[in-house]
Amino acid sequence: MICERGLEVGGQRSDFEDSDKKGDESMLDVLLARIQQKHRTISYPKAPAPKLPDRYVGLPVIRQENCLPGCRLCTDVCPTHAIFRDPNLRLDLGRCILCRKCEKSCLKGCIQFGSDYRMSVRRREHLYMDGQAIQLAESLDAAGKRLFGRSLKLREVCAGGCNACEADINVLGTVGWDLGRFGIQFVASPRHADGLLITGPVTVNMKEALLKTYAATPSPKLVIVAGACAISGGIYAGHEMVCDGATGLLPVDLFIPGCPPHPVTILDGLLRLLGRIR
Amino acid sequence: MSDNLSNLFSMPNGHAVDIKSLDRLNISQFQETVMNGIGQGLRISAMFAHPVSSDGLRIWAILTHDRQSLVVPVYTDLKTRCYPSLTPQCPQVQGFEREMFEQWALRPEGHPWLKPLRFHDAYGNTGLSKSCQSPVMGVTDFFRVAGEDVHEVAVGPVHAGIIEPGHFRFQCHGETVLHLEIALGYQHRGVERHLIGGPNSRTIHYMETLAGDTTIGHATSYCQAIESLSGARPSLRALALRGVALELERIANHVGDLGALSGDVGFLPTMSYCGRIRGDVLNISALICGNRFGRGLICPGGVAFDMDGQRASELRRRLDDVEADLNSAIDLLWKTSSVMARFEGTGALSRDLCDQSGLVGPVARASGIERDIRQDFPLGIFQYTQIPICTGDSGDVFARAYVRWLEIQRSIMFIREQIGTLPDGNSVQPAADLLSDHLTVSLTEGWRGEICHVALTDDQGRFRHYKIVDPSFHNWIGLAMALRGQQISDFPLCNKSFNLSYCGHDL
Ligand code: SF4
Ligand code: SF4
Repeated sequence: MICERGLEVGGQRSDFEDSDKKGDESMLDVLLARIQQKHRTISYPKAPAPKLPDRYVGLPVIRQENCLPGCRLCTDVCPTHAIFRDPNLRLDLGRCILCRKCEKSCLKGCIQFGSDYRMSVRRREHLYMDGQAIQLAESLDAAGKRLFGRSLKLREVCAGGCNACEADINVLGTVGWDLGRFGIQFVASPRHADGLLITGPVTVNMKEALLKTYAATPSPKLVIVAGACAISGGIYAGHEMVCDGATGLLPVDLFIPGCPPHPVTILDGLLRLLGRIR
Repeated sequence: MSDNLSNLFSMPNGHAVDIKSLDRLNISQFQETVMNGIGQGLRISAMFAHPVSSDGLRIWAILTHDRQSLVVPVYTDLKTRCYPSLTPQCPQVQGFEREMFEQWALRPEGHPWLKPLRFHDAYGNTGLSKSCQSPVMGVTDFFRVAGEDVHEVAVGPVHAGIIEPGHFRFQCHGETVLHLEIALGYQHRGVERHLIGGPNSRTIHYMETLAGDTTIGHATSYCQAIESLSGARPSLRALALRGVALELERIANHVGDLGALSGDVGFLPTMSYCGRIRGDVLNISALICGNRFGRGLICPGGVAFDMDGQRASELRRRLDDVEADLNSAIDLLWKTSSVMARFEGTGALSRDLCDQSGLVGPVARASGIERDIRQDFPLGIFQYTQIPICTGDSGDVFARAYVRWLEIQRSIMFIREQIGTLPDGNSVQPAADLLSDHLTVSLTEGWRGEICHVALTDDQGRFRHYKIVDPSFHNWIGLAMALRGQQISDFPLCNKSFNLSYCGHDL
């Protein structure tokens, strides 16, 4: 192999004549590799979602009935003040980073994180969990579905954050998930987009760029926020250098919680919005 | 160490020292010591300032001696807000001096490139004019090449792909890039300031999200710092599991990078395969702790999740599959002449330039520098087992890609070995209170290179200051230099071959 030799002798690696002669052979290699790699696109949503690991942290369930009056064990350990009393125990999934500290602190098992990956909602207040079932995202109205249902072009704006949300959005573009089969695509220019997908807490330094990108997107347009950061500021909430998410800056059509949301959570949210699953 | 360095205090990676036992140098002794160190082959892993009294600032330099595995912390106290810049003689401090200027209005006289680094307000009242005290994001005097044939290309902060924001200014003559200037700061969320007074309930989460793709690397550095300040000793089992997680993180990211490089030269088979295989590796991390990025795994005193036998054999099985898929996918790259033609000779960095600029990680190794914390400053599991350093020699995109491939293979071997011989022990040991008035330096070889955390405690054992240096902080300048004389159309390729972190730099 060309390069190994190169690394050993140093300097003169490229031997193009040699490698050109290998043209046919290399086409064969490409085919052999293709066979090795197989067909891997998941069949979700037709088939059930891919199996999640047993230690996966999904949607929390709150059990009010066992909660001790005046107890503050869980609220004291929460890094984002996502869990609080008013006076009932409530958990704001928009601020929660799913660290499980509250669950571990509770003596009565009032908070339990399950394995349900579905958690996207249409309204901010639907992210407050208090024991009732979560109101998962409803689809766009008929006009919205006609416009975006079969072709949704999104401009992703990373506005701060840690880049893990972006990483798991990127995953949806790989062959394993193949977002393109739903007509959903990420585009380079806001001018070509039907909406924005925003991640990160919106740093002070990205605010202007985000608002300009929104302005440059033609109406009607959708705004989707993914991750605790983009919904509420997440772990950075309250910092002087962030705007505590995009929720207060733009009208949001879909909230996808998590830190970061699992790719299947993001996909589930997008498909619900478009009315492709219920 | 020889001469005047030999009488300085030095310590291994992950040790703590009583700050009061260190000598306070005056500014000229301090600078002389730093320059002497550089002359003898030491590097600057961190340099930062923090206030010590109402008007005084303390500057620290953390020198590292790769060959002797020693860390040399030195400091000086300043009453004035200016000092002679070291950058003209020692380019690797340019970023640190700019950072201290931006944060504390500490002016390095004679700095040739004194521009904002992250575009935030100076800390405290510095008596500066408004424009200096509160810079406007992205507004600075960008370097310009004059001449009729020269044109300027500006890119970002919002890029075409799903990536982090940053601004790039190219000065071009036709297709050829004469100069690239990179302005960052869009991701600045002010983490370091919020670490002061900690640790508290948010601290570990800040560490895990300094750069989301380096959760294990940064969390490991942090936990090592806590352990050295509290005397906690994680079990060998916990250290092995940390090592496994660190190498899984390296594999996942390197695989992603090789796929992205392949995509940037239009070779779609490897791009598609690697995109998927990277996911398979992330899912192995999720097998260990439930989270694809390793969130919640590393904790002070050890690891929060243990590995039972069944999980270990499942891990091994998946690793075998990943390896087989990778061999077939990556091999294609080196066999395809159109790929090699684009990789070879593109964006080459000389060994000298890497050395002078203080570059780290695969970028430095691709230029022939044997620099790897796992080997040079072994801590944790790497005290008991070694992963050989992988280097290239051509310093180009090819070398940066090939070094990644070599490292992937080494990491797979390492994981297999560790999982096969996991020692018994508790997964986590309780950590005690932190020592007061101490300083500790914790280095980890993240997948991008050296991660440096420096923690200083106050008289209550709380963080008086916490400095984080992500490898990207050292390496961004390398990308700018690699572009000189290249075609502008090769920028995406060069950029991917570095794949630096914006959020890790901006903090
Ligand atoms: S899991 Fe969510 S609510 Fe519970 S402590 Fe963590 S962030 Fe707070
Ligand atoms: S929500 Fe969590 S994963 Fe997403 S950007 Fe914020 S810190 Fe990172």
